[in-house]
Amino acid sequence: MSNAAVATMERKPMPGMKVYNKKLGMWVFLLSEVMFFTSLIGSYIILRFAHPEHWTNPGVVLNVPLTATNTFLLICSSVTMVKAFAAIQQGDVTGLKRWLLATIVIGAGFVGIQMVEYVALSGEGFLPALDAYHAVGRGNPHEGPSLGGPLYGATFYAMTGFHGAHVSIGVLCLIFVYIQAVRGKYTLADHEGVEIIGLYWHFVDLVWIILFTIVYLI
Amino acid sequence: MEEQEHAHPRYILIWVVLLVLTLAEVGYAFMDLPKIWLAIGLIIMAVWKALLVALYYMHLIYEPKRLWVLAVSPLPLAVILVLAVITEF
Repeated sequence: MSNAAVATMERKPMPGMKVYNKKLGMWVFLLSEVMFFTSLIGSYIILRFAHPEHWTNPGVVLNVPLTATNTFLLICSSVTMVKAFAAIQQGDVTGLKRWLLATIVIGAGFVGIQMVEYVALSGEGFLPALDAYHAVGRGNPHEGPSLGGPLYGATFYAMTGFHGAHVSIGVLCLIFVYIQAVRGKYTLADHEGVEIIGLYWHFVDLVWIILFTIVYLI
Repeated sequence: MEEQEHAHPRYILIWVVLLVLTLAEVGYAFMDLPKIWLAIGLIIMAVWKALLVALYYMHLIYEPKRLWVLAVSPLPLAVILVLAVITEF
């Protein structure tokens, strides 16, 4: 199926950009999101350059294996999302529903694992916005030398928290699209909603790819 | 009405590449290298993965050139924003 020629849905008149209006609107929204996350990343960079003593080496405080697994999950959800779109492009409503459901489950799993991570980190004293907190480090929750500083936690929770909120909103939107699919809204000729939510979902995955590298690995 | 036709990308193959790159990133991050080389290598792999997602999963590779222009338009602005912030340091 991977190389099969498929015809996308009939497009509405679209002078100018040559894409239909909803899709153009989603792209413009995503571009504003690029600037939003750039502001977060830019702030992170200057804070890290200015106060390197607040950060630790990868894996000392943050649980890299757990988050790498979560990254893998989100990448998997992008595949299921694109398979859902490919299914409806061929008029396969059953396939659309199946892949959408898989995307919802995996997306919710990502948020759940992030919550588990937050609970574990906060239990170890890795919290933002406290004057005198110091991250202690994994494996020594209440003992050993203090590591890092307040900026580490503040930037970590700001960046991953905003991303997590985007994923959560994406899951809610996917549930809405799934309900619409169950009601028979999407057909071979009309499946704009699936493509639109797909663009958002892949963007969220793309942002996480960058954040995972910057926040957890560098 | 406009109708576009294109071949589906090999989604599973791209997924495998993304998985391999993720594993490579994690392995590379813990290598005993100077910080600058770690950062450069990790950013290259992250950008590579992001490009794969944008081009093939978001189907940007099949979109009209005008949408390409629109899609890359915030990137110079993003670079300017980050550089401007860094100069404050």
